[in-house]
Amino acid sequence: MTTTPVLTASSEIDSFRRETRAWLELNCPPSMRKPVTDEGEVCWGGRHFKFYSDDQRQWLQRMAAKGWTVPTWPTAYGGAGLSKELAGVLRQELRALRCRSPLDSFGIWMLGPALLHYGSEEQKLEYLPPIARGEIRWCQGYSEPNAGSDLASLATKAELVGDHFVINGQKIWTSYADKADWIFCLVRTLTGKKHTGISFVLFDMTSPGVSTRPIPLISGKSPFCETFFENVKVPLRNLVGEMNAGWTIAKYLLQHEREMIGGMGDRGGAKSLGRHAADTIGRDPEGRLSEPVLRSEIARFEVDEAAFAAWMEMTTDRAKAGEGHPALPSGLKYYGSELNKRRWELMVAAAGSDGLEWSGERSRDGAVVKSWLRTKANSIEGGTSEVQLNVVAKRILGLPGA
Amino acid sequence: MALVLNDEQKMLHDSAQSFLAERAPVAHLRKLRDTNDALAYSRELWSQFAEQGYCSVLIPEGHGGLGLGVLEAGLISENIGHTLTPAPFISSAVLAPWLIARAGSEAQKTRLLPLLAKGQRLLALAIDERSKHNPTAIATQAAAKGGSAGAAASGYVINGSKTFVLDAHGANELIVVARTAANALSLFLVDAKLRGVTIERTAMVDSNNAARVRFDQVTVGADALIGKLGEGAAWLDQALDVGRVVVAAQLLGIADEVFARTMDYIKQRKQFDKIIGEFQALQHRAAELFCDIEITRAIVLKALQAVDRDVTGAALVVAQAKARACVTANRAVQEGVQMHGGIGMTDAIDIGLFMKRARALIELFGDAGFHADRVAKLGAY
Repeated sequence: MTTTPVLTASSEIDSFRRETRAWLELNCPPSMRKPVTDEGEVCWGGRHFKFYSDDQRQWLQRMAAKGWTVPTWPTAYGGAGLSKELAGVLRQELRALRCRSPLDSFGIWMLGPALLHYGSEEQKLEYLPPIARGEIRWCQGYSEPNAGSDLASLATKAELVGDHFVINGQKIWTSYADKADWIFCLVRTLTGKKHTGISFVLFDMTSPGVSTRPIPLISGKSPFCETFFENVKVPLRNLVGEMNAGWTIAKYLLQHEREMIGGMGDRGGAKSLGRHAADTIGRDPEGRLSEPVLRSEIARFEVDEAAFAAWMEMTTDRAKAGEGHPALPSGLKYYGSELNKRRWELMVAAAGSDGLEWSGERSRDGAVVKSWLRTKANSIEGGTSEVQLNVVAKRILGLPGA
Repeated sequence: MALVLNDEQKMLHDSAQSFLAERAPVAHLRKLRDTNDALAYSRELWSQFAEQGYCSVLIPEGHGGLGLGVLEAGLISENIGHTLTPAPFISSAVLAPWLIARAGSEAQKTRLLPLLAKGQRLLALAIDERSKHNPTAIATQAAAKGGSAGAAASGYVINGSKTFVLDAHGANELIVVARTAANALSLFLVDAKLRGVTIERTAMVDSNNAARVRFDQVTVGADALIGKLGEGAAWLDQALDVGRVVVAAQLLGIADEVFARTMDYIKQRKQFDKIIGEFQALQHRAAELFCDIEITRAIVLKALQAVDRDVTGAALVVAQAKARACVTANRAVQEGVQMHGGIGMTDAIDIGLFMKRARALIELFGDAGFHADRVAKLGAY
């Protein structure tokens, strides 16, 4: 009997799956297989990161040594060079053992893909492996006080003086700027040209002239910061891509961010909102949630939630089949973030007056009400819902106008 | 299973699309409506449907059919949504073949399936008795005749009345849902010409074929029973879910068609010296509707696949799909009329016809509220 390539591939997948499972069983510490219950248990890595346990440190080191913090990246850059298919198997096996993410990282989610696409070989070798190992933590310098939805109007200025830039200006909504080691930053290198006067640069947050200030939100403490640059010197070799061509990289990276935020509408395997609400509020003798109007709103929400999850699935499957539209993430981001807002409106409604408590153990320091408030930013960050709708209208529907 | 169509399914979709666009565009519906056609659909077109194989999709190969799935029926139904073609497709090419092929006796299969495949026999499913869909509220009675004390009945006497029976007018036989015990339903094949059967055609808003049907001391033989006595509710649940997802696909087709026509219109209509599609007030609504239609496409495809995999385990996703398709189609037709402005209110253009058909399909086999309630019940709240 001859073996077809398909059979070979599937047997390869099977053996990879077996080896992966065995390796994970052996190397993922039991404490790293329990759900994360506190923000402080998330591993972000970086120069100053304090591992909360030895298990957490070992789990990161072992995964990084396999190249499995970034399984699809080439091995030269700290990855494992896995095909998408094998990376999918790894993801499934990690999920099956309930392994925690060894490393959460803007470097992995955002900068990495952009560098792989636009960075020079030197830059890839210099920046990607420390991202993969969780040694350098990155933040994103995009928005400015006067450049939100209209991001391309950003004004942070980078003047080229000899072999380095001198950067002056201010960024806002820089997540974890106060904890990050390096920043990937959009700067204006040409005035008078809007989109074609922007460059993409990388620099160390310990450079003289960089300062940060956290921003308290309506939901309480937040990872967001204001970031200030005063005559910050950045070597010219830290420029990614061509001078004045940073907007292309920025857009590429925003697509990744939108896909990530769009995914928030998908609750995974958690208990359904309706069942949660009925368990909290109570049921009538026929087993129905005892608040009939809320029940109906939740049911309609759950219909949309299921349909949105199917849309995400269809989009992925279509992309694999080579069908898709480059502006679709805007539609997904719009719908996913609005859906998440709806979910949390219903969550606080289900919690009733108990859900108003802001502090204390009973409310886990106002976990529900703070999460609810936080979701209000979903339709603002990563491009407002209005901006996403503009993109869908123009790029997918082909409607005319600016 | 990947949420994409395979090549054969794409081919079927495209061939149905071109067949319907060529032979039965919306003008075909208009003509039947404007001439007060006695049947409300064209027998000639129906036999062409059969020649295309559209009537045999759900009929097993052994009985002269193609032995395909509900997904394939859904693709045809979706395309009917684009052209609003009046045809007894859902009743005689989906519900009846599906039920007979699964629940029917060998004799029923042998007699009916080859005829259904050729489009030569029309069957209508008579369920609802009230103006809101409720397949558990069945008052129509079928009393056993003869056989007492455990012996098999020699026949049944049916009494009751049904409403919103799709394609009953012109049907050869009816599949009637009747109560055979306090807590048991059964399904019966009833010849439309039998004594005591009264079929009153109802002229509906969408110019489609529907009727009210009365059964007054209608006597049928023991061989009229479909499946076992008292097992009708289980078969009905499954058949209804098949019907619902096929209707959801048609609602998706309507939403797609109205949306495409509306986008074309706002790209050429000028006011204030501007193409009205430039206005952000319209652009945002259009983009929202686009997302609504895409989530609907996804959940409908998921439900079609689920029904083919295991219809008894598909109730939740079917309810989600039908609920969502109702809401989306409703929004699409409303935006269709509004964005067309005054001309959208005229009978001269087709948008209103889509609104009317959408309204009828929303009501058919449970509206968004009915299915949201099912989602809640299935979710234990």
